[in-house]
Amino acid sequence: MDLNYSADELAFRDEVRAFLNENLSPTLSEKVRLGKRLSKTDHEEWHATLNKRGWLAINWPVEHGGTGWNAVYRHIFEEELCLAHAPRTVPFGLSMLAPVLMKFGSKAQQDYFLPRILDGTDWWCQGYSEPQAGSDLASLKTRAVRDGDHYVVNGQKTWTTLGQHADWIFCLVRTDAEVKAQEGISFLLIDMKMPGVTVRPITLIDGGQEVNEVFFEDVRVPVANLVGEENKGWTYAKYLLTHERTNIAGVGFSTAGLAHLKEICTKQMSGGKPLLENPYFAGRIAQIEIDLMAMATTNLRMIAKAAAGQAPGAESSMLKIKGTEIRQAINDLTRRAVGRYAMPFVSEALDSGANAQGVGPDYACAASPGYFNNRKLSIFGGSNEIQRNIISKAILGL
Amino acid sequence: MDFNHSEERRMLQETLHRYLSDNYDSEQRSASVSQGQGYSEKVWSDFAELGVIGVLFAEADGGFGGGGFDIAVVFEELGRVACVEPLMASGVMAGHLLSALGNDEQKALIEEVIAGDLKIVSALEEPQSRYDLDAVETMAERIDDGYRLNGTKSVVIGGPSADKLIVSARGEEGLLLFVVDADAAGVERYSYPNLDGYHASDIALVNVEVPASARLGASQVVLPILEAARAAGVVALCAEAVGAMEAAKDLTVEYLRVRTQFGRALGKFQALQHRMSTVLIEIEQARSALINVAGHLSAEPSLRDKHVSAAKNLIGRVAQLVCEETIQLHGGIGMTEEYALGHYAKRLMMIDHQLGDVDYHLERFVGVMQTEAVREIS
Ligand SMILES: Cc1cc2nc3c(=O)[nH]c(=O)nc-3n(C[C@H](O)[C@H](O)[C@H](O)COP(=O)(O)OP(=O)(O)OC[C@H]3O[C@@H](n4cnc5c(N)ncnc54)[C@H](O)[C@@H]3O)c2cc1C
Repeated sequence: MDLNYSADELAFRDEVRAFLNENLSPTLSEKVRLGKRLSKTDHEEWHATLNKRGWLAINWPVEHGGTGWNAVYRHIFEEELCLAHAPRTVPFGLSMLAPVLMKFGSKAQQDYFLPRILDGTDWWCQGYSEPQAGSDLASLKTRAVRDGDHYVVNGQKTWTTLGQHADWIFCLVRTDAEVKAQEGISFLLIDMKMPGVTVRPITLIDGGQEVNEVFFEDVRVPVANLVGEENKGWTYAKYLLTHERTNIAGVGFSTAGLAHLKEICTKQMSGGKPLLENPYFAGRIAQIEIDLMAMATTNLRMIAKAAAGQAPGAESSMLKIKGTEIRQAINDLTRRAVGRYAMPFVSEALDSGANAQGVGPDYACAASPGYFNNRKLSIFGGSNEIQRNIISKAILGL
Repeated sequence: MDFNHSEERRMLQETLHRYLSDNYDSEQRSASVSQGQGYSEKVWSDFAELGVIGVLFAEADGGFGGGGFDIAVVFEELGRVACVEPLMASGVMAGHLLSALGNDEQKALIEEVIAGDLKIVSALEEPQSRYDLDAVETMAERIDDGYRLNGTKSVVIGGPSADKLIVSARGEEGLLLFVVDADAAGVERYSYPNLDGYHASDIALVNVEVPASARLGASQVVLPILEAARAAGVVALCAEAVGAMEAAKDLTVEYLRVRTQFGRALGKFQALQHRMSTVLIEIEQARSALINVAGHLSAEPSLRDKHVSAAKNLIGRVAQLVCEETIQLHGGIGMTEEYALGHYAKRLMMIDHQLGDVDYHLERFVGVMQTEAVREIS
């Protein structure tokens, strides 16, 4: 047993730190640290910076332009990015669609789409959920009916994250309504500029518009945009989900969030002393840190398994639950830490590059919106209840 | 033992309930939220006419209530519709201070408040005061025949629509209170909406000159009276929270009945049934804590404050549970601004930031508990 990184791994970490020092602009990392909403340009610029260094596609094999890193290197990299308050890369193209295309897509699809994901030409979004198909994804109803060389698509997707910026959407669609729910589903790539595609933003309780409804009305999609075989989409979707769940523990986010929280607590006063010296509040922070220390190790245990070639199974469900609980607990304390300044809500002050002034200290503006926004962590990507169902079935055999 | 409200209170509650169901739908609410000052003049004058403001004051002040349960019935109904009209700011705390400390002239303002013609709001807290009422840095400097005030008051709820303010300041004589015109020279209001739809202001007092007669409670120690006013405010907030929790719970139970996934209603999943049961149990606890604090509002200060801190702590904890569970059980829908649940959830969490949060009141309760223990031992 050795709980330390090897010399190679430490050297790699230093290299990442040096890179971030030089290439992550203080303005951008400040926005991330203060919890502002990033603009499309913010995302695109960071995407380009990483791509230029060859460190964008951290879970792709080298032959497709990825880093070929093992799980430990990926972990170190992601953790350093979080600690430096770098934006997270938009995962839909890079870490969800790409692995599916590499495994199940045609050569033509790989050759066309993968480079465009890397160079940022195409922004992808994920069209799985529908109003009546949330946790029960297999009940989806969006229809794709074959008409010569095309599928004609009708239906509605919802909760489509950042769909307002997207050029393409990968969708699960129903191609056979007669068979068992899971068996009549196909995986289709749809150009969002096609006639018949409408995107309507949804405002969430934190005032942001990060999700959308997407409507399809007689959208004609070339059959060439079908991934793999017709009616086999469920298999690909499940494969994608295992990739969606990498870095699921979010240890880096929690570590960075905890550091930010402590910094706030040195500035906020309570009874004439910094809040960090208030034993009640300090105790709450300590409790989370204790949990996080253990989870970081749980996470490394799973990573070591993965690096040794064992595919992550239901274990990732444990990391999802514990990781989101810890992140939400940190958001909760951050909101509490700013005291009465948790109340003001100047939504425009949270927009990237906005001129609007917030109220109170700069770190206070996003405290409550951040708390409410991150309620999503336990809802999406397979809700925590669904993860518990998976654990009890797959691990406990109940 | 009788846990029923008196006939008069029940009638007022029913009247207000009916009024709000008929007139305070989500459209009216968002109209109030989006208006510059964060309230509707029509609703406000209706409140005055229905007696909703009057019931917050004792008969001696021209009202017809003023007790803990009077405050509770009103605010529970307001909580049920996530009402954003600043009744607590204008009616409860400032009213209490005027009533307890005012001279005849100052007390005469209460009549105008009850009539709905005047809004007077207490501006006590400051950027660094957190939840301490006596951590006051605003200075009151003596001048010829009055005082000069300098300082900043933070997140004053109801500030934008206030005609007058009651501000605390530190002077030679100690902690002082003043009644100040909200548009007096040197009063600078920076107003904004809060996350829960209430509107608030940060208020800078820059060389604001007030006559000696503006001082409230000229010969008295004000901190104990501030504590009593806060106790009344806590009753209002706790009642509002209980109303909001009930509404959030009802919405969620209804949703679990109609939403189907995996071919059955969500409410049929035992994992979710148990969680809703917990929510229900905890809301009953919250209601009991509310009854405790309302029933001890005029008890001797240490007993009263024990209940104030107990209620604010317990209700803060339950409110968070209700907020988080009801959003979670709704899934994505619960996180949308269009759906009413979010209004309750946000209000429930923001209540924690008014008049002391869960930790602040836990600390105070511990203080009381330790003093009691020492007294019992010795
Ligand atoms: C901010 C945000 C971003 C999202 N981004 C995307 C995206 O980009 N693309 C996309 O396709 N989707 C996205 N989603 C959708 C997300 O995957 C769904 O919200 C999620 O699957 C839950 O579905 P639902 O909201 O319909 O809730 P429901 O499925 O209706 O669930 C409601 C509640 O019931 C519980 N529940 C349901 N079934 C069971 C069961 N069998 N046992 C116990 N409990 C159960 C759930 O856990 C939840 O608490 C996003 C969601 C959010 C909130």
